[in-house]
Amino acid sequence: MRRQPKPTTPRTPVLAKCPSGIRGLDAVTGGGLPRGRPTLVCGGSGCGKTLFGMEFLVRGIEEHGEPGVFMCFEERERELSQNVSSLGFDLPGLIREHKLIIDPVKIERADIAETGDYSLDGLFIRLGAAIQAVGAKRVVLDTIETLFGALSNLGILRAELRRLFEWLKDQGVTTLVTGERGDRTLTRQGLEEYVSDCVVVLDQRITDQIATRRLRIVKYRGSSHGSNEYPFLIDENGFCVLPITDINLNYKVSTEIVSTGIPKLDAMFSGGGYYRGSTLLITGSAGTGKTSIASHFVDAACRRGERCVFFALEESPDQVARNMRSIGLDLSRWVSVGLLRLVAFRPTSAGLESHLNNMLKAVEEFKPHVVIIDPLSSLDSAGTSIDVRSMLMRVIDLFKARTISTMCTSLTVGEGSDAGVTGVSSLMDSWVVLHNVEAGGERTRTLRIMKSRGRKHSNQARELVMTDKGIDLVDVFVGPDGTILVGSARTSQEQIDRAAALSAQQDIRRKKAHLLRRRKSIEAQIAQLQAELAAEAEDMGLEICEDEANSLGRTATRAALAAERESAGRQAVAAQTNGGKR
Amino acid sequence: MTTAFKARATSRPVRAKPSPEWELRLYVAGQSPQSMAAVANLRALCEAHVSGRYTIEIIDLFKTPHLSREDQIVAVPTVVRKLPPPMKKVIGNLSNTELALVGLQLRPALSRPRD
Repeated sequence: MRRQPKPTTPRTPVLAKCPSGIRGLDAVTGGGLPRGRPTLVCGGSGCGKTLFGMEFLVRGIEEHGEPGVFMCFEERERELSQNVSSLGFDLPGLIREHKLIIDPVKIERADIAETGDYSLDGLFIRLGAAIQAVGAKRVVLDTIETLFGALSNLGILRAELRRLFEWLKDQGVTTLVTGERGDRTLTRQGLEEYVSDCVVVLDQRITDQIATRRLRIVKYRGSSHGSNEYPFLIDENGFCVLPITDINLNYKVSTEIVSTGIPKLDAMFSGGGYYRGSTLLITGSAGTGKTSIASHFVDAACRRGERCVFFALEESPDQVARNMRSIGLDLSRWVSVGLLRLVAFRPTSAGLESHLNNMLKAVEEFKPHVVIIDPLSSLDSAGTSIDVRSMLMRVIDLFKARTISTMCTSLTVGEGSDAGVTGVSSLMDSWVVLHNVEAGGERTRTLRIMKSRGRKHSNQARELVMTDKGIDLVDVFVGPDGTILVGSARTSQEQIDRAAALSAQQDIRRKKAHLLRRRKSIEAQIAQLQAELAAEAEDMGLEICEDEANSLGRTATRAALAAERESAGRQAVAAQTNGGKR
Repeated sequence: MTTAFKARATSRPVRAKPSPEWELRLYVAGQSPQSMAAVANLRALCEAHVSGRYTIEIIDLFKTPHLSREDQIVAVPTVVRKLPPPMKKVIGNLSNTELALVGLQLRPALSRPRD
């Protein structure tokens, strides 16, 4: 029965909402239109009121199982069916299934004379019968104001309208009433006076020759709602109010790091690449290699087997493919294997919203892992910068929510100028800046990383060199006065360095040879001395042996003599002793 | 269409002639004072101006609600002049006799000879 959108507050009765089924509208209204109450949709002619009403009914039938009654005061049933059949609404089919009743009310002042009091019971009965016939939960009255043109007794008409809306509330049907916009009032006949629960204003305006459609919830009694003007568009799938994504920033993020396709650029980011699903902005002036970097990005993704969509806003798909072949990237190969889709359109060809929608559609269909928008800056011609920014925010939110890595390029005017991208850069996770450096009569490209959310990155500039095999990044030289040397200045500096290195190496080699020679000569000397020493030691040893032998002989002789001398002495002493006793 | 109505007519046509010159149909919603007034006023008008040459078919939309759609009725009471052509529609309880006569052009016989 009645669905409560938020079951968090069970005690106080929450305004029940009726999901409109119109893409994006339910996000803006916080769940849909007030259930069981009338809602007024007003706007100028051609802004889509009838379609809004019809989609409300058709989605109600198809997605929410709520049959509907469409009472039209302006169009015929057949015309109406034809008009919406291009959107894929099969009204005759729904009518056959008894889920929809279209009741065209033909009322013309010329045919009708008023001859006294009357009531609109005929209309009530008609509507009541239709509601009963299909068990309708939704009713659209398009455009009931026509009655004001047909009936002259305003007193009766206003009283009857008031009664009609009360009666519709009693029927428990969610009603949508359309009304033509008035000069100073929301509607010409002041319908807002009767329908006061929810008022939606549709608007189509032209700024700088580009038409954009806007939707605004002027009033929503008893409910909070988005109060902004939201762009909307009517495409082959019907109404679409942007944002079609959740307004909240609550998407899941990936921690997987993938390569940009340029190894040395990867090396400049800690971790070696970018986070999957993050956004990367490349800014630079004309001819700094933005598209080439983007193509590397695509090439790397396709090599990993991922699908890519490349939105080319300035070049045709063939031109992009041809130009990238010059740096050795064959994008058409990826197109033919079905991993890459090149989508080219002129930003001025339509309003921003339709571009956004085209992009989203391509993304819906192709389900890419990587999206390239090249360049963002040309979207400026499709709307004001605020519009572009808000559109980009939606695009980026949507892509992030789907973990689609996005790389956008943007053209900056003048060197070192970040103007025109500051608004965008804050939306981006990483920002790579390309600069032209002009010195010594030549122009070279440098690359720097301005920011990289959530990761460390190199602060140094690199020189970007285009080769037949793609983009290469070369370390730049910082001159003695702090200037960056690039191009041929870098090359000459490299030569000087190389020469210096060469002479230093030669020096080392020479010293090494000298050392070797010295070592050899000294070692030879050592050997000679050792040989002398050995010879000398031998000689001395012999002498020592002789000397020792001699000295041993002498000692023995001396000992023998001493022994002899001692025994002769003892005898003499003994003789003396004997002689003394006697 | 006409045959369908006749089958559902709530009050039989008052026949004065085999083929009436004036064929009128009155749509009402139930027995409201306005409905009753419209019925009385229409009868009086016809008697006064086209006596004996008319039929009145009274259709109660409460009883046959689908006819409101088929016959394009928005306001009640509504009188539809089916014959003679062209078809004319008059809404209201017919209390304004002058407007009702003009709207239904019930006096062709009177106006024509003057031309």
